[in-house]
Amino acid sequence: MRCSSSLLTAVIALSACVTALAQGPTYQLGSTPSEEEIKARDTAISPDGKELPPGSGTAKEGAILFAQKCAACHGPNGDGGGLTRGIVPLGNAKPVKLPVSLVPYATTVWDFINRAMPQSKPGSLTANEVYAATAYVLYRNEVIKETDVLDARSLPKVRMPNRDNFIPAQPGWKPGEKRPFGYYPVNK
Amino acid sequence: MGSHSHSDRRRFLKVGGALASFVMGTVRSVRGQTPAPEARPKDNLVYGQPSPFDNTIRRTTGRATAISDTALMTPLQDLDGIITPSGLHFLMDHVKGVPDIDPQQHRLLIHGMVDRPLVYTMDELKRFPSVSRIYFLECNANNRPLRGPNADSVQLVHGRTSCSEWTGVLLSVLLKECGVQKGASWIVAEGSDANKYTMSIPLGKAMDDTLVAYSQNGEPVRPQQGYPVRLVVPGWEAIRAVKWLSRIKVVDQPAMAWHESGNNADTRPDGKGLWFRFELGPNSVITRPSGGQRLPGHGSYEITGLAWTGAGVVRKVEVSIDGGRSYKEAQLQQPVHRYAHTRFRFPWKWSGEEAVLQSRSTDERGEVQPTIAEAAKNLRVAPDYFYEADHFNGIQPWKVNRDGSIQNALFL
Repeated sequence: MRCSSSLLTAVIALSACVTALAQGPTYQLGSTPSEEEIKARDTAISPDGKELPPGSGTAKEGAILFAQKCAACHGPNGDGGGLTRGIVPLGNAKPVKLPVSLVPYATTVWDFINRAMPQSKPGSLTANEVYAATAYVLYRNEVIKETDVLDARSLPKVRMPNRDNFIPAQPGWKPGEKRPFGYYPVNK
Repeated sequence: MGSHSHSDRRRFLKVGGALASFVMGTVRSVRGQTPAPEARPKDNLVYGQPSPFDNTIRRTTGRATAISDTALMTPLQDLDGIITPSGLHFLMDHVKGVPDIDPQQHRLLIHGMVDRPLVYTMDELKRFPSVSRIYFLECNANNRPLRGPNADSVQLVHGRTSCSEWTGVLLSVLLKECGVQKGASWIVAEGSDANKYTMSIPLGKAMDDTLVAYSQNGEPVRPQQGYPVRLVVPGWEAIRAVKWLSRIKVVDQPAMAWHESGNNADTRPDGKGLWFRFELGPNSVITRPSGGQRLPGHGSYEITGLAWTGAGVVRKVEVSIDGGRSYKEAQLQQPVHRYAHTRFRFPWKWSGEEAVLQSRSTDERGEVQPTIAEAAKNLRVAPDYFYEADHFNGIQPWKVNRDGSIQNALFL
């Protein structure tokens, strides 16, 4: 009994060791990433904001940052010019524009600034800078006040103006099902 | 390499400008990668080239889009069969530049709600059982009618669809190796471009036929198409098919990333936004004769074009030569592949009188491609609503005038 139990321990230890070395069960390919590697790459922020890092910022701070790192492309007042476009009206030119914003969650703004801005050096902003830049964009779109402090707690609570104005692809439609003739959903 | 070729190269870079980094596939090295070997001039001999008498088939940029992305449209009017040559595959650049990625450095990380997070090298991905499948990729912004000068030709209106034979490993195989946990319902896929482009895909599709592709038409996937590895999500809007794929996180809610929540939400006339549209509708277009071409005289022609659908198989394509008053069934090139371009052909004798040519596809679910009037009626909007609408799959009429010239007749 004692013998088999220590054998079992050995087997467990061995299998743990194999797992650490790598590999899926069927093809024995791949390797196990370290916690640090996963953490470094796992930067996406979901709508509930649970992945948001510590830090904070206001639109006032964001305005200074904007002048330094964003105005070259977005124009001094965020109204375009320069290399590409202004700070968005949050969304895109479409047949009918929703007032103010197409983005349903403030976390999306934080996430995109964090991963893609500034264009010359994406991913180079500190967490405080991303909070400040996000605050500035939201302030310029009249979503928050100039002095509002954004951080991991307050950002997910920012209510985007069109949060409730999105509907699924088609009410009740699931991938693979037949759709109504004409493809576009009928108003309900 | 002597100084001569060096100065040649410098001059080429100067002349070629930004295009040079595409063409040479070298120069730029991101994140301390080893620079890729330079293409050699002699490669024209060992890598076959088109005849100089017939070497003008090119993509075109058309008009800049509202969000100033780069769009390169496939010249559908110049191509035969169903496969798009890799160099002519359409490109919509949402990520500000095509990265040159060293495959030796590239890793695909799969983590999140899995029993065993795993990271794969390219060599390891290629050791899994591979599949080759012919799939189209279509941008959800394809087929925007009458966007200014973009209305002129099938290339400018419909050139954001291309079809390739993709080879890779099924994503389901990789996910099963990691052991997807109960409660997971989505994956979030991320590219290794400068923006780390991100898209969410329901787990059901990821476990079904989504492909992790490293090969396109027999060769490594081209850098513009996601080298060294990309997702192909068959039948779905191509924004889901993340290029330069480097990370997949298994999760229980979509990421609501910029390109899927705000930037690609469709607005409807009632002010509501539509998101996560996924499947593309039944579509087809006559590629020859088509807008901007000119028939040299009356007599025999072949009407030909492409049909495709997010439902799977194109069951039927009908062609009308009288603007939709009557339709006759066209011949489909066999075999018809699921989620692939389907070539149709229809013999025609042009009398020299005005004619309006158009095609209409029906897919395996019995869904029928609508006219713009039908689509507008269904949505209760004016037809100009579709100027900039996504996922428009309306019937495309081409008017043949008495002088043989052909023009877009959608709004005539």
